[in-house]
Amino acid sequence: MNKYLDVFISFAKVGVMTFGGGYAMLPMLQREIVENKGWAKEEELTDYFAIGQCTPGVIAVNTATFIGKKLYGIPGAIVATLGVIFPSVVIISLIAALITNFAHIPAVKHIFAGIRVCVCVLILNSVVKLWKKTVVDKITLAIFICVFVLAVIIDITPVVFVILAAVAGLIIGALKAKKGGEQ
Amino acid sequence: MMLYLKLFIEFFLTGLFAVGGGMATIPFLEDMSNRTGWFTHAQLADMIAVSESTPGPIGVNMATYVGYLTGGIPGGIIATLGLVTPSCIVILIVAAFLKAFRNSKYVERVFYGIRPASTALIGAAGVSVLMLCIVDVDAFVLSKKIFDLVDPKAIILFALIWVFTNLVKKTKKFHPLVFIAFSAIIGLVFKF
Repeated sequence: MNKYLDVFISFAKVGVMTFGGGYAMLPMLQREIVENKGWAKEEELTDYFAIGQCTPGVIAVNTATFIGKKLYGIPGAIVATLGVIFPSVVIISLIAALITNFAHIPAVKHIFAGIRVCVCVLILNSVVKLWKKTVVDKITLAIFICVFVLAVIIDITPVVFVILAAVAGLIIGALKAKKGGEQ
Repeated sequence: MMLYLKLFIEFFLTGLFAVGGGMATIPFLEDMSNRTGWFTHAQLADMIAVSESTPGPIGVNMATYVGYLTGGIPGGIIATLGLVTPSCIVILIVAAFLKAFRNSKYVERVFYGIRPASTALIGAAGVSVLMLCIVDVDAFVLSKKIFDLVDPKAIILFALIWVFTNLVKKTKKFHPLVFIAFSAIIGLVFKF
């Protein structure tokens, strides 16, 4: 089989089997990429995954790009990425078309009103989970509070907050290093 | 043509600035809804539910969904490509300087600042979804009755799901799909 087609199909498989993204994807990657194909070692995968989490973008996509690049360079990276998003594009297009056509039915409205309440809890749960990992000291707590309060009251693009937080991180890091140096 | 270009740019920015996985795209989509009017906040909440309960990474699913609502099947494809393009570029750069990237104190400092901010942004987006589903400010302003401020049915369901997902040992580990299906049935039976 063509090597690129092979990469595409493997990552499409991972895409289909991932429910919910993020950590849910790790076991699928382990089975397909490490065990079946031998394209990466266990530790490499964990490394890629860790970097995928702290770089911009979707973790699953970042990990796919990494492995594709390692295998066949830039074309490999692109093919792996396309593979992992392919099932989503097909499935979601179908579902979105269905929902758009049935949205006006009262029963469907009730169903989605119920589901929305569940979504609130799911978001709350993931914020709590992320909080435990990302708010680790007084400074990160202060950043969290500032951004949260401002984002609730002011209606501006989140891009601004992300850039400001990055700058704050750089300044705080430099100040800490200076303080550490003086002692 | 202009629409597709706009879709691509919007999702390119989302992909570039949303750090920390699928849920991190929510504040960007909320902002997008406010500015472009491509979809409503209610539709955004539906998208989150659909993205959680279908195969594929959440962020990718949401991009396809928004793109489809805005520009049909080509819209879905273009929005998704827009979302993953910055990831691809960033990862290719990082892969080239893997060692330097992992040991860089500057990278570490930047993410030290961004991580809690990203959590806060998701929290703030959560507040506005909450306002949409459970708190009805308009009804309260109209009637001035405190009982109209919250939807009691929604509050009960919210509390129930929270308990199931956090406190009950048996159900805690269930996939979100289970809770979404449960809420769908409750919504249908009790006419939410």
